[in-house]
Amino acid sequence: MNPFAYAKAASPSSALTEFSNERSARYIAGGTTILDLMKIAVEAPPLLIDINALPLASIEVTGDAIRIGALARLRDVAENEIVRSRLPFVAIALEQSASPQLRNMATIGGNLLQRTRCPYFRDIATPCNKRAPGSGCGALDGENRREAALGTSEHCIATHPSDLAVTLAALDATVHVTGLGGNREIALHDFYRVPGDTPQVETSLEPGELIVAVSLPLLSYGARSTYVKVRDRAQYDFALASAAVALDLDGSTIREARVALGGIATIPWRSPGAEGALRGAPATRASFERAAEAALVDARGRGGNDYKIPLAKRTLVRALEIAAV
Amino acid sequence: MRIEAAGQPFDSVQGDADRTLRVTVTLNVNRVDRELKIEPRETLLDALRERLGLTGAKKGCDQGTCGACTVLVNGRAIDSCLTLAVMHAGDKIVTIEGIAQDGKLHPVQRAFIKHDGFQCGFCTPGQIVSAVALLNDGKNLHRDTIREAMSGNLCRCGCYPNIIDAVIEAAESP
Repeated sequence: MNPFAYAKAASPSSALTEFSNERSARYIAGGTTILDLMKIAVEAPPLLIDINALPLASIEVTGDAIRIGALARLRDVAENEIVRSRLPFVAIALEQSASPQLRNMATIGGNLLQRTRCPYFRDIATPCNKRAPGSGCGALDGENRREAALGTSEHCIATHPSDLAVTLAALDATVHVTGLGGNREIALHDFYRVPGDTPQVETSLEPGELIVAVSLPLLSYGARSTYVKVRDRAQYDFALASAAVALDLDGSTIREARVALGGIATIPWRSPGAEGALRGAPATRASFERAAEAALVDARGRGGNDYKIPLAKRTLVRALEIAAV
Repeated sequence: MRIEAAGQPFDSVQGDADRTLRVTVTLNVNRVDRELKIEPRETLLDALRERLGLTGAKKGCDQGTCGACTVLVNGRAIDSCLTLAVMHAGDKIVTIEGIAQDGKLHPVQRAFIKHDGFQCGFCTPGQIVSAVALLNDGKNLHRDTIREAMSGNLCRCGCYPNIIDAVIEAAESP
């Protein structure tokens, strides 16, 4: 790693002050993404602002939502009894994220901001519009087995790697942030940006804005939710395809549904099309297959990742079958 | 606390270490406070190995993939290659060198020997530290949950069945 300055912040405001004096700084919490990227020279910030001492790790129920501090570790959220009973798909997604060691380190805020595993993004010897805007995309016609097929552009097809964020997309969670311009709340559907012609812009965060918490609505039917993740290995791998679903059943009829896909899209991918196909339909395999067709209707592979489209459909059907039981 | 950066990338300061700004940090390692003069960019793993001579934790992948660098921080297993030493002032750090106490092997260590839970041994310190953390959690364990709980520790020799046997035996030992 190149040398950098290090500042340990005691409060959100002191973190912001450090940032205002060095606008190329990065925050560090768990460190599992930023240090990884600094070692391979994808990131080279002149200053790291350590936010681990900030009082942002609590998990509490506020009204009809559960508010999770940005510094809560993945493991703590996965083990939280309210999360496990009211929103089990969040706990499942977290338990299937990374490794036990990384779940002890990584934070909820950092998980939302983790960077793509696209091999071209991670190799500074290759072109990548996300890392070096205007340099081109090596993945479009290169090794693209793990790349996205939804939300892509001619400039970037990098897959968003988070499992947690897929469930947050299904819930339309709220991201609480603080910044030099004050505090604000961002709905998850406004938080992530598809690449378009600015793949380097991944979220709607302003420079220096710090995530302080995420609020997850305690969906009335959240107990009937699940997350199915398909990967190359049985454990400790990123998703090739994943599905987060929650079903509101009236007998064998679906009143409401939440559906989001992971591993196949440039952002955590909520599917209003699949939800619409399920609403009012019988909870049968035929309905689930129609929903899967609707969810992937806009998917476009680039050769190496074509297999992901049928895989994602089957993953979604399986998730719906599990949730409907 | 604020530490300024040195002006040059690593390669250009080799042989000229005085140009690199260092900070004094006290780390509690294996129940002993150790004062270190380190750079902000030193990972916990590098500080343990290069500054303290604790070479039990291994640098396998150096990117959080293999788990050979696993140590306990405040009782939890972490990858010491993906965290900075300067971030751990005040934390209780335990490395493989601190697992045996008073000259007595930990039950996990005894079980690894009994079940031949290693071949080349490179991943073994990390495997044992992860297993100790798992047992300290006090959860009910069976083969599948142990596989998941040990999934952050890769073994190129493929000793996984014996490793799981060892963890099961250690979990059942008094």
